[in-house]
Amino acid sequence: MTALTHLQRLEAESIDILREAVAEAERPVMLYSIGKDSSVMLHLARKAFFPSRPPFPLLHVDTTWKFRAMYELRDRMARESGQDLIVHRNPEAVRLGINPFTHGSALHTDVWKTQGLKQALDQHGFDLAFGGARRDEEKSRAKERVFSFRSAQHQWDPKNQRPELWRLYNARKNKGESIRVFPLSNWTELDIWQYILAEDIPIVPLYLAAERPVVTRDGTLVMVDDERFPLREGETPALRRVRFRTLGCYPLTGAIESDADTLPAIIREMLVARTSERQGRLIDQDAGASMEKKKAEGYF
Amino acid sequence: MNAGARIEDVETYLAAQQSKSLLRFITCGSVDDGKSTLIGRLLHESKALFDDQLAALEGDSRKFGTQGDELDFALLLDGLGAEREQGITIDVAYRFFATERRKFIVADTPGHEQYTRNMITGASTADLAVILVDARKGLLTQTRRHSYLVSLVGIRKVVLAVNKLDLVDWSRDAFEAIERDYRAFAAQLGIDDVVAIPLSALRGDNLSAPSARTPWYRGPSLLQHLETVDVGNGEPTGPLRLPVQWVNRPDLDFRGYSGRILGGRVRPGDAVRVLPSGRTSAVARIVTFDGDLAEARTGQSVTLTLADEIDISRGDVICAADDPAGLADQFEATLVWMADAPMLPGRPYLVKLGASTLGASFGQPKYAVDVNSLDHLAAKTLELNGIGVANLTLDRAVAFDPYASNRDMGSFIVIDRYTNQTVGAGLLHFALRRSQNIHWQAVEVDKQARIRQSGHAPCVLWLTGLSGSGKSTIANIVERQLHALGARTYLLDGDNVRHGLSKDLGFTDADRVENIRRIGEVARLMVDAGLIVITAFISPFRSERQLARGMVEDGEFVEIFVDTPLDVVEQRDPKGLYRKARRGELKNFTGIDSPYEVPAAPELHLRTMEQSPEESASAIVEALIRRGVIRPTI
Repeated sequence: MTALTHLQRLEAESIDILREAVAEAERPVMLYSIGKDSSVMLHLARKAFFPSRPPFPLLHVDTTWKFRAMYELRDRMARESGQDLIVHRNPEAVRLGINPFTHGSALHTDVWKTQGLKQALDQHGFDLAFGGARRDEEKSRAKERVFSFRSAQHQWDPKNQRPELWRLYNARKNKGESIRVFPLSNWTELDIWQYILAEDIPIVPLYLAAERPVVTRDGTLVMVDDERFPLREGETPALRRVRFRTLGCYPLTGAIESDADTLPAIIREMLVARTSERQGRLIDQDAGASMEKKKAEGYF
Repeated sequence: MNAGARIEDVETYLAAQQSKSLLRFITCGSVDDGKSTLIGRLLHESKALFDDQLAALEGDSRKFGTQGDELDFALLLDGLGAEREQGITIDVAYRFFATERRKFIVADTPGHEQYTRNMITGASTADLAVILVDARKGLLTQTRRHSYLVSLVGIRKVVLAVNKLDLVDWSRDAFEAIERDYRAFAAQLGIDDVVAIPLSALRGDNLSAPSARTPWYRGPSLLQHLETVDVGNGEPTGPLRLPVQWVNRPDLDFRGYSGRILGGRVRPGDAVRVLPSGRTSAVARIVTFDGDLAEARTGQSVTLTLADEIDISRGDVICAADDPAGLADQFEATLVWMADAPMLPGRPYLVKLGASTLGASFGQPKYAVDVNSLDHLAAKTLELNGIGVANLTLDRAVAFDPYASNRDMGSFIVIDRYTNQTVGAGLLHFALRRSQNIHWQAVEVDKQARIRQSGHAPCVLWLTGLSGSGKSTIANIVERQLHALGARTYLLDGDNVRHGLSKDLGFTDADRVENIRRIGEVARLMVDAGLIVITAFISPFRSERQLARGMVEDGEFVEIFVDTPLDVVEQRDPKGLYRKARRGELKNFTGIDSPYEVPAAPELHLRTMEQSPEESASAIVEALIRRGVIRPTI
């Protein structure tokens, strides 16, 4: 019998992490953002606990500004996995009508996502939340533990992380603390795509190229996904063949021009790609340690 | 772009990808050996860096760089803002890259003096170590230390990367001298698989392809070696070991045991023995989401069902029936300490081993290891980054294998009971024989019989508080009152114990822990004898009070906080001790240069500023009546 392949090893490790976390937590939850990483994480959870249903609900911290195709996949996946789906929208943000156009991306992200997540975790008393972050995504992530602790104020202290040795995870928490667990820590973007292909995991069609209405704004191709998009003088949405490498709020997510309309074509494009996936995310492009700062404040 | 040009057929490429293997390795080196540069280069040359990351790196190199106009690859890796400012890497970071043949996960750990713990952490999951040496400096103390730590965690394959060869004019002699020295040293550590490679990480020589500047070197480039080295998949073989992480019960008809196989392989029909119960059965099915398997092996996460209904819970280990793991509660172990507060022999900790978390304590180290000279030193405790060998006692027996035969079955982490931090890591050597040979003597006159005779329940009244807070005064009055009520009592006082039972102990943290352990044991015996034991000790640490509490049964321990503020006791100073301590004549004095940890939830909290000693004593006696320990009149 041949050795386990790298994908088999990654899968086995992620399942191990999911089981260990569930066994140690009182009220676990899985943060489900509908992106490709979330899709893989959910798939792994279904594998980890089979034939049981994953013994935790899915939590979507909604901003009301996701792509319509994302909402469709979200509802379908919750039905298929049989898990409860909790959709949280920060009531304050709803009341104020926070949106990226009038309030800017930083405030929009902070109020809907960072504050919204804290509210949802507090409101339901979740003590452990699975997230789909990967260490290869961003520099400060490279040093984050698989089991990452947050204070009662949901803050991350990178200086005070627990050492993680072998495959022994210390999940004991102090009063008020909660744990973020990242089962995909050791996966890369390429691993994710290879696994989606190998396992035939459903993903939002926006990852595949198609003709979509876009405008060019500040050098970024932005899709006009609904009528709330305020067009500027002279802007007319034009149909272009585009796809997305990451998915978030549609006004904040840049598309790339592409003909890759199958998974193998995406993987091929990835192998020749010269920019990292986060470049399409407008929130990363400020000061050097920006992600670390956001995480210290409680961003997932 | 080259990567793309090579792919004529994506399907063929993807098929090849499916059989790619994984190599996890660690890089170790001293501060200026060029470790970050090496990793940055590997990422760069394997096309793991994207244009925007390179652009950011160019910007950073101009701003913070130390390489003039060149790219400073070190900046790529210094992920945390604080590290950039200090210019050192201070934690373990994981990096990823892949070639046509393998995917790599690199643990990047700092070479800085005080970070033994980071290296052990990074090495614990590695299959191979790359040890960097600066060609100009040769083997340093750090090189020896890193190699020792690598050998300690059981890595047997080492790449000796002799870096900065450009700075010694590509000297073959320099390279070979270092290689010779290193092989001799490594052999002492039991590392016999060493591949030495002459390198210039900064210039990229012998990194991914052989360099024209070292025509005398015939071996592989670093990347070629990493791509082809056989690490046997890094997995232990041997008999089946599957610690149960989670009992899988979707309905009443299905009962499966989920876990990762940490040794051997399993097929339906295999006979298994479950530890610690020792019950045997046979494997019925190997259940996965993708259908039942005909076989599963080391490294896979599966769910087993068994032919018989036996009681199995999380932490139990399913083993090959004819070659089960050991079962013991006392071990000799190597311990690596990772916290600022030192390891204290006798202090209660938690140990996580496999899927079990257990109460644990350590004996006094048999020796500590000087990681620079490898000398064995006498030690009473282990400090941060200290490594030593000590006996480990658990509160129940667990299944284990020695670390040398199975890394995952013989490793553990140590958790502080109060901060919940991971404070240490350990490797099991073997079980101590004596753990199987001590049996409790069954006696006929037991505690219940004594309670019936005395007419009251036994307990420990544990008075804790600062020196001079009034513990002894209150304790004396309590004993007098209880005696008057006909109760059988005994008073253990700080000074009388210090003159006898604990005559050999001083006032260091370690000695204080041992002192309280002895008092706790004596109190336990006295409780067993049916007495109401009154103790009056400063007992400044929560952990030790918890230890004493754990020695008697639930409800038998009454923690009483004699709360007098520091400024008051210091002013009273009945024995003149505070004055001495303030003058520095008395070391480790509680409240002055040694902490007093206030009880979090004492059974009784006596505020001596608000009541007289007599009133405090009466409060204690009333509490005993309320608790049903004694009746108002016996």
